[in-house]
Amino acid sequence: MNPFHDIYRTLPEVVLTLTGVLVMLLDATLPPGWARRPLGWVAALGTTFALWGSLFQLSLPEGTGFSGTIETSAFTVFFHVLICGIVLVALLLSLDTLPEKSHHQGEFYALVVFGAVGMCLLTGAVELLLVFIALEISSIATYILAGYRKHTARGPEAAIKYFLLGSFATAFLLYGIAMIFGATGTTQIYEIARLVPIAQNHAFILAGMGLMLVGILFKVSAAPFHVWTPDVYEGSPTPVVALMSTAPKAAAFALLLRVVYEMLPTLRPVWQPLLWVVAVLSMTVGNLAALRQQNVKRMLAYSAIAHAGYLLAAFAALGSSSDSVPGGIAAASFYTAAYAAMNVGIFAVVTLVSGYDEKLPLINDYRGLIYRSPLLGSLLIFFLVSLIGIPFTGGFFGKFYSFAAAVGGGAIWLAIIGLLNSGLAAAYYLRLALVAAQRPDLDGIAKSVTPQGRPQVGVAVGAALLFAVVATLFLGIRPNWVLQAAESGAHTLQAPPAETILPANPAGPQSQP
Amino acid sequence: MTEINNSILTLILLLPLAGAVLVALAPDRFKLPNWIALVTTLATFGLTLHLPAHFDKTQPGFQFVINIPWIQSPSIHYHVGVDGLSMWLVVLVGLLAPIGVVASWRAIRERRKLFFTLFLIQQTAMFGVFLSLDLMVYYGFWELSLVPMAILIAMYGRKDGPKAALRFFLFTFIPSAPLLVAILWLYTVTGSFDFTTLQILIAHGNLPAGALFWAALAFLFAFAVKVPVFPLHGWVADTFSEAPVALAMIVAGKLGLYSMLRFHIGLFPEQARAVAPLLVGLAVAGILYGACLALVQRDFWRLMAFAALSHLSLITLGIYGLTLTGWDGAIYQILNHGVVDGALFLLLGVLYDRYATSQINSYGGLAAKLPRTAMFFVIASLAMIGLPMLGGFVGEFLILVGTFTGVSKGWAIAATLGVILSAAYMLWLVQRLFFGPESALAVSKPPEDLRLGQLAVLWPLSALMLVMGLAPMLWLSTIEKGAHPPPLQVQTISSHGEGQR
Repeated sequence: MNPFHDIYRTLPEVVLTLTGVLVMLLDATLPPGWARRPLGWVAALGTTFALWGSLFQLSLPEGTGFSGTIETSAFTVFFHVLICGIVLVALLLSLDTLPEKSHHQGEFYALVVFGAVGMCLLTGAVELLLVFIALEISSIATYILAGYRKHTARGPEAAIKYFLLGSFATAFLLYGIAMIFGATGTTQIYEIARLVPIAQNHAFILAGMGLMLVGILFKVSAAPFHVWTPDVYEGSPTPVVALMSTAPKAAAFALLLRVVYEMLPTLRPVWQPLLWVVAVLSMTVGNLAALRQQNVKRMLAYSAIAHAGYLLAAFAALGSSSDSVPGGIAAASFYTAAYAAMNVGIFAVVTLVSGYDEKLPLINDYRGLIYRSPLLGSLLIFFLVSLIGIPFTGGFFGKFYSFAAAVGGGAIWLAIIGLLNSGLAAAYYLRLALVAAQRPDLDGIAKSVTPQGRPQVGVAVGAALLFAVVATLFLGIRPNWVLQAAESGAHTLQAPPAETILPANPAGPQSQP
Repeated sequence: MTEINNSILTLILLLPLAGAVLVALAPDRFKLPNWIALVTTLATFGLTLHLPAHFDKTQPGFQFVINIPWIQSPSIHYHVGVDGLSMWLVVLVGLLAPIGVVASWRAIRERRKLFFTLFLIQQTAMFGVFLSLDLMVYYGFWELSLVPMAILIAMYGRKDGPKAALRFFLFTFIPSAPLLVAILWLYTVTGSFDFTTLQILIAHGNLPAGALFWAALAFLFAFAVKVPVFPLHGWVADTFSEAPVALAMIVAGKLGLYSMLRFHIGLFPEQARAVAPLLVGLAVAGILYGACLALVQRDFWRLMAFAALSHLSLITLGIYGLTLTGWDGAIYQILNHGVVDGALFLLLGVLYDRYATSQINSYGGLAAKLPRTAMFFVIASLAMIGLPMLGGFVGEFLILVGTFTGVSKGWAIAATLGVILSAAYMLWLVQRLFFGPESALAVSKPPEDLRLGQLAVLWPLSALMLVMGLAPMLWLSTIEKGAHPPPLQVQTISSHGEGQR
């Protein structure tokens, strides 16, 4: 066997880990007076290599490494590329917006990269213990990043809230894993899938599934496990929010897809109504609460909860695609990508407008933005339009595929509730857009609250914004390419890899559409 | 020439978009955005005229068709084409766009680049709605048409732009949620977004009748808000009093009415017939309600809004009377209403720019000072109230005759009452603005009549109103090819479908 076999299977993770270690070492050895900003470029470069690495994995035969604990397939590559892309944009964004004199800049970049290692592992893990470890790696990095602005009152508050609640959620996940292990005697996902239909302790499996779902739904900030989201988003530095509202969520959704469609496909009649309810709750709670927010970041936090709901609507569908409608897995994967593109974009704009110190946190502070800075104003409106889900932007096709999958799966009511919700959501997105488009001279407020006048857009941030805009437009005008990638991922998720030989699946009739 | 025919619709769609990009990139100096927008819209108008010039009247169905796959899964095609129904609407939007640019020439003083960029995008979206024959592409343009409009109202509104914009957007965006669900449902049961395929499948495809009824209702609801039909008109008054003149004239009514004809009655003839009596009732209510409200308005933008409600309801009546005469009249009246409204909005915009108020009783006695303005306003008002020999007469007459013979005498009489009321409020408006003693406002400013650019627009428009009144067959001959109410249409399709087999 090729000695590099296992390395190839974890190539992006290995590259990211080496990058993180290198950044930390450089940070420790460079003289204290030197600027730490170049370390950000090192991290960005490493992330780019990791992205290439995951694309290289496409040339590998589908299969597992490290004794069947980690898988590479079109599905994992899709999410690896997505996560590396998000991390790259977040790094570019931080490069220009972190304060020059910060003492812990090197640490910041290293933590972002280490977090990415955990997220990438999470999408590839087919062994529940590795799932747990990967989740911890990604979460701990995010906990620290959330409290990065420790001189403010809200920074540490955000970090501690996130840490305490997040630990609980992880504990739930671990407890669920333990129960499933108790019922089946294994933590290998394919083995569990094989054993669940013939296992004796059905109650254990159901309880284990419920606990695992709680843990995962917390990570994707779906209602009723969403309470942490607004506080944490408000207190964390905005570039970090851009990262943590997208990349860990993408990873957690990948895990959710793997757990429900690959590990427990036979329990579909149980988890599907649960996710149906969670989807409706998330979008309704998120949108209703967002309507009442005055703070932009809190509003976007509730909007993130609502978007988790739209995404969960895709789970109402069958896993595989039919001729006409994309399946639930492909639709959910596509939505993660579309959501990531527009959300990173809008948080980038928010970072630039309000600055690292967030002198302009309120919606009313954005009055006349388009007059103050036509570029940022137009970009803000563009990303809001995509979040609303107007055609020819990524947000539209994300919602479109998700609800098409739901309608295809027979959940017409879910689609109707979802689309009415997106009409409701238009109200608050539009409020921000209209405030930004309002003439500032209507009252004298705008001039008085503008501290630095026109926000500056540097090279790195410019590249990040360009990346987000191009991605959002590309997903809205030529969604095919990404959807096909998502669909080939969906196929690999449904068909177990060739190395694992399974007996004939004695599944119930529900699993055969 | 065939090469142009094969790509003319794409050119029409892309030219305003190219103009928008050009405006966005050009510097905001020497009125450059205005000139680029003017040249673009004029060139686009020229392109739209290519359609009637090369339209084959002997052939039924869609012409200049382009159909190429765009997205494989779900199968969305870039499928565009025109028939007698949509062709003249495309020309109408082509005509109104340069007029809109002229109307904004002096009214928009700041942020001209943004204004004209969004204005041109709006034009593309409207063309897209009229040309698309794939439901998803249609829906895309339908939604897209909301965004520039909302932003323009918010940024260039007169008093309370953002509030009006929010109201406009929500009123028209939320009903499109059921529309999208209905489209998605149609797709899951038929596997197609294609208009002609769906038409055949719905007529013969044994789809569940109950669900079809709800889907048709979802379509109708979205369109009825957009027109607006009587109880759903909450956004109209605010939008008209805040929207920039150019937008108000280009958007009013057309999108919703066309969509009713093409995608409600065209796709769901049986279901449409079931709800037609309801819509006839609502339309008559709208005619009278709008006319009565227009009578008591003190602000001329709001008066125009309720007048529009009344006139658009009359067109709705013609459509849902489901008679051939009524349809011809309705489509003709959409065109005529577009032209007349364009002229009236342009003139009111001139007055508003000059005197900075829309309160009718501030005006008075302007005819002596601004004779040309007064003359054009009177001509357009007469065309609006349906004076014989002007365009409005033909459309209204056909609609009322269709209603009288095909629906019921009672409704026709009630609708005629609305037409009489429209004469009352329009003539009263003319009297209060232009005649009587000179008001303090009229005295306060030195007289400055229409400028050359405005005259260059208004002369041809007035001539057009006259031609539309005298020689309606120029238009009706092609309209009749495209427009057939359900009974006739179902027969043509079924014979067509069997012919293929």
